[in-house]
Amino acid sequence: MIRRLPEILTIWVPLLLSAAHLIAFTLWTIWISFTPSTLVPVTGWVGLRNYSSVAASRNWQIAFDNLLLFGSAFVLLSLATGLILAILLDQRIRGENVLRSIFLYPLAVSFVVTGTVWSWLLNPGLGIQKLVHDLGWTSFRFDWLIDRDMAIWTIVIAAIWQSSGFAMALFLAGLRSVDADLIKAAQIDGAGPVRMYRRVILPTLWPITITVIVIQLQFAISTFDLVRALTNGGPGIATQLPALVVYDLMFQRSLLGRGAAAAVLMLLILLAVLLPYAAWRYLQRRRAIHA
Amino acid sequence: MRDRSFASSRILIYLIVSLVAAAWLAPLAVVVLNSLRTNEEIAQGSMIGWPQHLAWSNYAAAWSGFCVAETCAGIRPYMLNSALVTIPATIFSTLLGAVAGYAISLWRFRGDSWIYGIVTLGIFLPQQMRLLPWTIVLRDTGLMNTLTGLVLIHTIQGLSFTVLFCRNYYVAIPQELIRAARIDGAGFFRIFWRIILPLSPPILVVTVIWQFTHIWNEFLYGVTFTTGQQQPVTAALIALSAAVADIPQHGVQSAAVMIAALPTLLIYLIGGKYFVRGLTAGAVK
Repeated sequence: MIRRLPEILTIWVPLLLSAAHLIAFTLWTIWISFTPSTLVPVTGWVGLRNYSSVAASRNWQIAFDNLLLFGSAFVLLSLATGLILAILLDQRIRGENVLRSIFLYPLAVSFVVTGTVWSWLLNPGLGIQKLVHDLGWTSFRFDWLIDRDMAIWTIVIAAIWQSSGFAMALFLAGLRSVDADLIKAAQIDGAGPVRMYRRVILPTLWPITITVIVIQLQFAISTFDLVRALTNGGPGIATQLPALVVYDLMFQRSLLGRGAAAAVLMLLILLAVLLPYAAWRYLQRRRAIHA
Repeated sequence: MRDRSFASSRILIYLIVSLVAAAWLAPLAVVVLNSLRTNEEIAQGSMIGWPQHLAWSNYAAAWSGFCVAETCAGIRPYMLNSALVTIPATIFSTLLGAVAGYAISLWRFRGDSWIYGIVTLGIFLPQQMRLLPWTIVLRDTGLMNTLTGLVLIHTIQGLSFTVLFCRNYYVAIPQELIRAARIDGAGFFRIFWRIILPLSPPILVVTVIWQFTHIWNEFLYGVTFTTGQQQPVTAALIALSAAVADIPQHGVQSAAVMIAALPTLLIYLIGGKYFVRGLTAGAVK
């Protein structure tokens, strides 16, 4: 036993630290969300009061509505972009490797950089609108960044630019692994390229599609850096998202109890996505074993 | 007829992918070009334009000249901070993850699948759920506002990914190899060192690239747990935009953005294949 101590320690210490911090930190944050903590964590019990005041706050309501809009628009559009790019790249075109690298490079860059650069491009006095004005078309308007109703779409644009490549990479891998016999059989049946995709190839991609949707939703739910760099939640609080509300409550207003409640609400939103996915994965695996 | 429609559809495909590729490269091109234009030149026109003459001085100013929060040392100290956090945290989390992944997949011990399941849940747990506990832990250990604190956080949190990557790789190694080595009297570390590590370069490259990119690009912990001179470069970039909000210096800011993005971009250029492998490996969990 003593002789095996070094290996037991090297195996268990990191794993236990990791597992313990995940469990303990989650429980800790949940616990704080039920206390009247403000500047520092205190003991005490206020029931669901933090939750009701977060849910009733305009900040959170706007953040939640924004999340629904941003999440669905971003996921659908990046899915579509990724799928179209993957299908096009799958046509045995020249320069596929270069093109793939181009569509994927934004993933190597930080959201802070992405947000900063897009804040310049979309700034009506600096970026695309200014360029078009300088070229002579002075009535051209592209000022979503400072438009309360449209500002959330600037985040959609930047997020699509950043992570459509991810969807493309997964779809391309899926397209490449379609059973060659299936394609050959359809060809013998005289299926043209459009029919081939619609009837034969795309139906095999739906498990990948669900995985992509879940991962992109997970990203959308926890989006923070991108908004911080692009709009900082503005104009006003028009592009507020849950992660910004959490940060604002915890570190700018020093309302730790409410901040923790908002974080737990974020976790619940995430679980609403992940639990059905986990159940689906479980069923799939069971079916695969029985089949 | 058939050939012509085939040819025109080929042209259409190339046209679409080239246009999209151009749109994808445009933001990078804009930053590169602006980093070579003077602030005055950008102020007169827009941020989209060709440099009249190459203002390399932007890079010198961005690296060691401009001021963030009353300190005029450029982006250099923050780049150093990022390096001092990212490099150790990448090494620690990768090494510990490799040993743990090896133990879980090949050594098998009581509770291995339980602990593996819990550790990999960390991939999904939002950072926001860990912010307050980390704040308290760092404060009580005196690691608040230190680079050591960030190294600790990224090492522990990175384990969720590194253990996943390594375990999934090692699980394909035949158990007989380990059994034979044990019969020969080799122990846990000896087998790891002599048999497992020599088989590991592919997965270690994937893991290192993944960890480096994520830790370098991380912002929330950097901005929450460090202030002023201790901040990593992502947080410093935000502080820079806020500091120059009144008198924008877009040329210098673009150079600063380029410098901050360069390490991960270079890694992507060199090891793109491994970068993508990490992306998809994390996805199939």
